[in-house]
Parts: sequence; C-alpha cells; structure tokens
Amino acid sequence: MSALRKSSPLAVTGKYLALGFYVAFALFPLYWLAKIAVTPDKLIFTEGTALFPSRFTFENFGTVLLATDFLSYFKNSVFVSIGTAAITTAIAAAAGYAFSRFAFRGKRLIVALMLITQMFPLLMIIAPIYKIVAAVGLLNSLTSLIIVYTAFNIPFATFLMQSFFDGIPKDLEEAAMMDGCTRFEALRKIILPLTLPGLGATLGFVFTAAWSELLFALMLINSNDTMTFPVGLLTFVSKFSVDWGQMMAAGVLALVPSCLFFIFIQRYLVQGLTSGAVKG
Amino acid sequence: MARIELSNIAKAYGSVEVMRDIDLTIEDGEFIVLVGPSGCGKSTLLRMIAGLEPISAGDFTVDGRRMNDVPPRDRDMAMVFQSYALYPHMDVARNMGFSLEIRKSPNEERSSKVREAAKTLGLGNLTARLPKQLSGGQRQRVAMGRAIVRDPSAFLFDEPLSNLDAALRVEMRLEIARLHQRLKATMIYVTHDQVEALTLADRIVVLNAGDIQQVGTPLELYDRPANKFVAQFIGSPTMNILGIEPRDGGISLKNGTKLQLGLSGGQSAASELGVRPEHLNIVAPDAAHISGTAELVEHLGSDTNIHASVPGIGQVLVREHGHFPLKSGDKVGIALDLDKTHLFGPDGRRLAA
Repeated sequence: MSALRKSSPLAVTGKYLALGFYVAFALFPLYWLAKIAVTPDKLIFTEGTALFPSRFTFENFGTVLLATDFLSYFKNSVFVSIGTAAITTAIAAAAGYAFSRFAFRGKRLIVALMLITQMFPLLMIIAPIYKIVAAVGLLNSLTSLIIVYTAFNIPFATFLMQSFFDGIPKDLEEAAMMDGCTRFEALRKIILPLTLPGLGATLGFVFTAAWSELLFALMLINSNDTMTFPVGLLTFVSKFSVDWGQMMAAGVLALVPSCLFFIFIQRYLVQGLTSGAVKG
Repeated sequence: MARIELSNIAKAYGSVEVMRDIDLTIEDGEFIVLVGPSGCGKSTLLRMIAGLEPISAGDFTVDGRRMNDVPPRDRDMAMVFQSYALYPHMDVARNMGFSLEIRKSPNEERSSKVREAAKTLGLGNLTARLPKQLSGGQRQRVAMGRAIVRDPSAFLFDEPLSNLDAALRVEMRLEIARLHQRLKATMIYVTHDQVEALTLADRIVVLNAGDIQQVGTPLELYDRPANKFVAQFIGSPTMNILGIEPRDGGISLKNGTKLQLGLSGGQSAASELGVRPEHLNIVAPDAAHISGTAELVEHLGSDTNIHASVPGIGQVLVREHGHFPLKSGDKVGIALDLDKTHLFGPDGRRLAA
C-alpha cells in the first residue's frame, strides 16, 4: 500500500528524524553507562559531561571482575532469574491454557483475584512478606526470591499466555482430537509448538523482571553470598564515595545476559507462526 | 462403514435447551446434508456426532454401539472444518498423515497413503509445502486429504466450502460428490447453502431453531415441503407466499382474485398459498390471474427474475426462462401454475391434497 502512495521527501525525512530522535533518546542512558564504564577514574569528574572521554580504559571491568564479588552476585542473579522465569512460565502456561480453553466454576473469581494482586503497591506488602519468609526460615536464601518473584509475576504472565492461547484457533485442537490425539497429545504436538513465541515472550518478560528487581532482594537478602546483582551494585556506594566507573562497568556486564537472552528468544517472538492454519 | 442412529438427542447449555428430540437414522454409505439458517443447531449436531460437544440427553449409536461417551479419537470419524484447521507447523504430507502418525502406523504405509491421496486431490507436487504457502483451494484439498488418508467409517464436513470463492466452491462441490461416489462412505455435511444441499445430498435434514423440520430427498423437499419454513428455505429464489381466504368451495387471494383450486377436506383451513417463482408465468392480461407492475427485472442470462408489485397482494417474484424482454415499470399479467401450488394452514404446516 505504502509503495503505491506517493510520499513526499519531506514526510520521509520527518519520519526518519522522529525515529532517530526516539532511538537516541532511548539509547542515550545506555551510551552514558558504557561511556562512564570506559572512562578512567581521574577523568570522570574533570571531564564532566563531555560526550567522549579523552582516554579509554578497561581497568574498571578488570577490577569489577577480579577484585569484587561481582561474579558471585552475577551467578546468584542468573540462578534466581532463570529459576523464576522457568517456574513462572510453566505455571502461567498451564493456567493460561485453562483460562483460554475451559469453562469452570470460579474462573471469574480467580481472574478477579489475580487482577487485584496487581493493584496495590509492593511497598504495602513488604512487611508481611518479610514476616512470612522469616517465619519459614528462608531469609537470605535465593529460594525465597524465586518464590516471591514467581508469585508476583504469575498473574501478568498468565494473562499474557492466555492471550497467546486465545490466538490459536480451537479448531486445531479439535482437528487433532479427531485425528486420534488425546487432549494432552493435542496440546503437546499441536498447541505447544505454536505457542513457542508466547513462551519466549513470557520467559523474557519474567527473566528481565527478576533480573532487575531490587526492592525484595534488598529486604530479604543481606549476606554477601546470596546477594543478587542489583543489591550488589549498591556495594559500590561506600560511606564516603561512589565508585562510578566500577559501578557502570558492572552495569554494562549485567546487560549481557539480558541481551543474550533476548537474542536467543527473539526468533520465537516473530509473529505469524500460526498464519496459514485457518482460512486467511 | 457406519450406520448412525440418533434417538431423542437433546443439547442444553446449562438450563438453556437448544435442541430437543432429534431423531435421525443415517444409513451406511448415505450422504446426509444438515441444512438450516445460522444458529439452527446444525453445526452443534455435527459436533455432537463428532464427539467435540457433549450430548445432553438421548442415544447416539454407530452400528448399534452406543457412542455418547466415546472420545472423538475413538469414534473413527474424520472431520473437515470450515476453517480447514491445518497444522501450521507441519508440511502438507505430515498434515495429511498426522492421524496415521498418531496411530503409529508404519512409515511406508503412511507415505504411500499420503501420496495416493495427494495424487487424487491434485496436490502431488505440494506435499513439502507449509499450509501458509498454499492458496485457499489448496488448503481445502489438504483438509479433505487429511480425512481421506484415515479411511474413516464416516466423514463429517462442517461448512467446508464457505471460505472459497464461488467458482472454486462449485469445483470442490463436484469433487466432494466424486469422493462420495468413489468411497461410498457415510458422509454428514453441514451447510447453510441450499444449493450445496440439493446437489450433494442423498437426503437432506432441514433444521430450524434446534428442531428437525423435515428429512427427505432433495426432490421430496422441493415438491412436498412439510411446512412454510422448508418451502421457503429450499428452492431459489424463495417461494412466494400469498395470503388467501376461503370462498365458495375455492379460495381467493387478498385482492379478491378467485382461483379455481379444488380443496380437499383437509385443506379447508388453508390460510396461505405458496407458489415458487418458476411456477409463475408472465402472460397476456386477459390470461392472467393477477396483474401488476414490474418493479425490478434481473437478467441472469439463463433466467430472468421479475419482481412485480401487485395491488392488494404485495411483492411477487416471477422467474422466466432465458431472456425476457421486460423492463422496470412495465405492466405485467401473471398466471399461476395451479397444479404446483402449496397450501399452508395457520400453523405453517403444509396441507396435503
């Protein structure tokens, strides 16, 4: 369509300018993060807001990796995030399928309850959560974080999965059942392969949420061994100074898993896997 | 091979009963078409036969075996969906052979059956394609192929041609008819298109609002519709229904025209007269039963449809063969073929002579 419509050069330029502005706006903080990470300590304050540092160094990365507990934080975060993403997605997929395909007593009530949990600020329930976690003796454990994150992410992840299941025509399952599948076989052989984009999106969403969570990690964890990365980042803030260079270097490193994760799942995020299933 | 019997079948959603007292016997090898307007329950009935929809009450048997609670996979029926429901992540061959794959039949048998079905349906060189790379007609063929490969005891079709364009629909209709001749399997076909019903069916089941209106061969339904609903649903264009009054042994139309129609005893209560457009003729004014003005003339080539407005009666549709030199605004005289009229009682039932 757009190829047929004559668009004026002015409109095209305007469109790209707007896009360029948006991209610059969105990426600038990342650029600043990377810029400070490679700026030598001495120049951070003297050069102030210069766009490019006059000298580059990778010293900060070396220090972060070798002289701090960064690797331990990193490992903890990976464990918590993958654990949360996997458990949440598994539960959300099952729940989303049930919401999408079955009519059962109490469905509306459960949906309402799940929505309500999303409505109040987390700060309100920090104290009760702390008391519960302390009572079951899980303070300072990564398990407690996985449980809490999973609980908080399930409602949204469930709605997300439900919408993906809703997008897969019921006819496909019924055709599979006519073809000789049980409902579970139909789910496994027909629906599941078509839900991969949905699973990928949900995994990615929950993974990033868990990866960057600070509030609960800060409250439930205080031993250095079990700190996750966002909490660990705060250790770069000491009583008298903030080690900006190292903090930013750690930040850059922390971006790596998120990026890898999204590169890995992005091919499943591509829409249109179900196209061709029904008429069209 | 299957003889399918439905007795006293009912369907309710919660407390809402949508179908009741459905009795129908489908003989082995018969081509049955369920036809009716949207929401009449024809698809629900088919889905109950398929096992995709629970049967609320009554008995459903296949070859004498009660099947009410048998899951769809064990009913040995293949279904062709309106949406085709092809598995988008599998190529044509795997789509067609999926049922055999599930039943773990040997690879060679599966591929030879798939190849044979693909050849019959003209899909020979498309077996490696994904559904999204096929046209609508090709997808439809794959959906049929998937059913054929299984060699089921009965085929169920749920409006399989609704998503095709007119030309392709005619072609596929022929193909389905040929398929039935070749396989001689029991087929149950749901459609809202009465042309499909009339052309394909051994017997047609006309449904309306969850009730069976009439079961019969296409010509039975055309010649002797059980009631006004069937009369108007079967046949295109729709039958004219004219209000009548009894008058000295015969009847007269609302505008006072008396018709020389001998009424039998059972027909004395007739309140309406039905006459198909093809049983009306444009004639000279002195030979006409009624006369009026042609409001709209549709030239179809093979036929000419004349929508006439008759004072005191209303709209009357006349169908003439071939070209008919008439234009809007012309005065027309209309004669009824009195042997081919139908009389309906106040309850809509047809009153037989």
